[in-house]
Amino acid sequence: MITGKFFAAGADRRIAITIAVLLAVAIIVPLLNLVAPPGSALHMPPYVVALLGKYLCYAMLALALDLVWGYCGILSLGHAAFFALGGYAMGMYLMRQIGDRGVYANPILPDFMVFLNWKELPWFWYGFDQFWFAALMVMLVPGALAFGFGWLAFRSRVTGVYLSIITQALTYALLLAFFRNDMGFGGNNGLTDFKDILGFNVQADSTRSALFAATAIALALAVFVTWRIIGSKYGKLLMAVRDAESRTRFLGWRAENVKLFAFTVSAVMAGIAGALYVPQVGIINPGEFEPANSIEVVVWAAVGGRATIVGPIIGAVLVNTGKSYFTGALPDYWLFALGALFIAVTLFLPKGIVGMWDAWKTRRKDHKAAAAEDRAYALNAASAEAEAGGTWAERKTGPEPQPAE
Amino acid sequence: MSEKGHTILYLDGVSVSFDGFRAINNLSLVLDKGEMRAIIGPNGAGKTTMMDIVTGKTRPDTGEVFFNGKVDLTKHDEAEIAMMGIGRKFQKPTVFESHSVEDNIMLALSGPRSIFPALFHRSSPEEKRRIDEILATIRLEAKRDDLAANLSHGQKQWLEIGMLLAQDPKLLLVDEPVAGMTDAETEETARLLKEIAKTHSVIVVEHDMHFVRELDVKVTCLHEGSVLSEGTLDFVSADERVVEVYLGR
Ligand SMILES: Nc1ncnc2c1ncn2[C@@H]1O[C@H](COP(=O)(O)OP(=O)(O)OP(=O)(O)O)[C@@H](O)[C@H]1O
Ligand SMILES: [Mg+2]
Repeated sequence: MITGKFFAAGADRRIAITIAVLLAVAIIVPLLNLVAPPGSALHMPPYVVALLGKYLCYAMLALALDLVWGYCGILSLGHAAFFALGGYAMGMYLMRQIGDRGVYANPILPDFMVFLNWKELPWFWYGFDQFWFAALMVMLVPGALAFGFGWLAFRSRVTGVYLSIITQALTYALLLAFFRNDMGFGGNNGLTDFKDILGFNVQADSTRSALFAATAIALALAVFVTWRIIGSKYGKLLMAVRDAESRTRFLGWRAENVKLFAFTVSAVMAGIAGALYVPQVGIINPGEFEPANSIEVVVWAAVGGRATIVGPIIGAVLVNTGKSYFTGALPDYWLFALGALFIAVTLFLPKGIVGMWDAWKTRRKDHKAAAAEDRAYALNAASAEAEAGGTWAERKTGPEPQPAE
Repeated sequence: MSEKGHTILYLDGVSVSFDGFRAINNLSLVLDKGEMRAIIGPNGAGKTTMMDIVTGKTRPDTGEVFFNGKVDLTKHDEAEIAMMGIGRKFQKPTVFESHSVEDNIMLALSGPRSIFPALFHRSSPEEKRRIDEILATIRLEAKRDDLAANLSHGQKQWLEIGMLLAQDPKLLLVDEPVAGMTDAETEETARLLKEIAKTHSVIVVEHDMHFVRELDVKVTCLHEGSVLSEGTLDFVSADERVVEVYLGR
C-alpha cells in the first residue's frame, strides 16, 4: 500500500525532473552557443546545437509512440509517417518563404515546380505562405490521417501483428506516393534550400538556438501532456484496454474510441516533432517515410523502457548518439549494431533502461525494509512471543485477510 | 410478445455453428425478472457460448434473444449491451492486472462512458462511497491499494464480481465463479451471490455441485448446445440422461 503510493510519487518526481531538465537545457544550450565566445572551452559549436535539436525531435517521436505502444499496446510501425507529414507541412511553409530567391526566381512557384514546367501553384500548396496555416496543418494532417486510419482499423478490431503490418504498409504507401514528381512535393529530392523561418535566416546561429529552445520546450510540454493523460481516468482506461480489451467492452467502454483518441493525439505529437525537425536539418524528403525509420523508433522506445514516458526520451537520445558515432567511425556496422542492440534489450532488458532501474530500486527497497523488519523482530522477538504467544514465523506472514464468518 | 413480458432474458430457437460445428443447437431458455438460475452441463455443452451470445460477443445464426422482454440483443454490440444492464464475469478471471483493486472498481462504476469525461474526471465523495461499499461487499477493503495482479485466484474472482456490481447491471452472467476456490471461499461466494440475487437477476454457470446446492435455485442442464433437463437440483440430478452425460461420469 505504502509501496504503491511511494512509487507513484517516485514516477511523478521523475517526470518533474525531466521537465525541469528540458527547460534548463532550452536556456543553457543557446547560451553556450551564443554567449560563450568561440574557442572557449564552454562554447558549443552550431552543429552540436543542431544535432541535439535533432535528438530531441526524435525523443518527441519516441514519446508519441510510447503513448500508443507502451500504454495501449498498439505497436505502430508507421509512426515515422506522421513525423514526416508534419515535416512536409513545415517544409512547404519554408519553401514558400524562399519567394523569388530561388534559382528560377519565381515569386510564387518553388524551384522544383518551375523545373517541372508547372504554370501555377497546386491547390494544396495554398495557405502555406502563412505560418499559422502551416502550423495548423502540421497537427491537422497527421491527426486526420491517424483518425481516419484508426477509425477503420480499430472498429474492425484489427490488432496485434496485423495492425503493425498495416501501419508499415501505410508508411510504405506514403513513401511511394511522395517519391512521385507529380504528387507535387518535390519528388525524390523533397523540399530543401530553405532560407527563412518567420523572417529569420534558418542558417543563423541565433535562429538555430531558438529552434533548439523551441524543441526542448515543446518536448517538455509533450511530457507534461502525456503525463496528465496517463494519470487521468482515461489513462487508466487506456492501460485497461491494453491489458484486457474485452473486459473493458463488457463494462460498456468503447475500446475502439479509447484507442482512437490516443492514436490521434500521438500522431499530432509526432507531426509537431517532424515540423521542428525539418528547419533544423534543412531538408525533408521521401526517405523519412522509409519503413525502417518507424522500426528504429520502436527500438529507441524499447531501449529506454516503454510505458515510462521518460524511457523513450532517454532511449532516443542514447541510440541516436550511438548512431552518430557509428555512422562516423564504422558506417558499415550501424545496422548490425542496431539489430544486436534490439536483440540484447529484448533478451536482457525487457523493460528497458528505466524499467530495469525501477525493478532494481524496488528490490533494494524491499531488501532494506525486510532487513529493518528483521532487526525489529530480533529485538522484540522474545517479548512479543511471550505476550502474544505467537511464533516468529506466524507473525512475519502477517494477517492474511480471510473471508469472515 | 406477451409471454416475454415478465422475462429478463428470453432465448428461443437459438443456434450457432463454428466451422460447421453446432455449439448451440436450437436452445431455448427463459429467465424471469429477479430470478437466479444455475446452469450445469459437461465441458463443451455451450454454457460459455450461450453467455457470448447474450453479451453480443457472438452473433447467433438463428433464433431470438430478448432482454427485458423487448430489446433484441442480436442487434447490439458488447458495449451497448453492457450499458443496457447486462454484466458478465468471465470463466477465466479477467481483471486489470496493472491497476490497483480500487482502480479496477473505479473503471467499472456505472456512469458516462465517453472519452472526454474520462479525461477530465475527478473522483467525487459519492464515488468513493460506492467503491467503499463494494470493497466491503467483496471483502477486499484491506487490498484496496494492491495491484490486482498480486491477488490470489479466488480474490480475483471476487474482484471481478465486485466490478460487476459496480456496473450496477440488471442481469448478471457469472461463469464458473468458484473454480479454484477453497471450500471456505466457495461458501462465501455462494452467500455473496445469494445476497446479490435479492436485487438482481442472475445466471450462474458452475460445475461444483455442492455450490449449486448451496444456491438452492432452479437448475438447467445443457448438453450439446441445448437444454437437456430443467427443474430443481434434485429433479435434474435424478434425470437419467443427466446422470448419463454429466453427473455419472
Ligand atoms: N469462437 C469459437 N470458435 C470455435 N469454436 C468455439 C468457439 N467458442 C466455442 N467453441 C466451441 O463450442 C463448444 C462449446 O464451448 P463452450 O465454451 O460454450 O463450452 P462450456 O459449456 O462453457 O464448457 P466448459 O465447461 O468447459 O467451460 C466447444 O466445443 C468449443 O470448442
Ligand atoms: Mg465455459
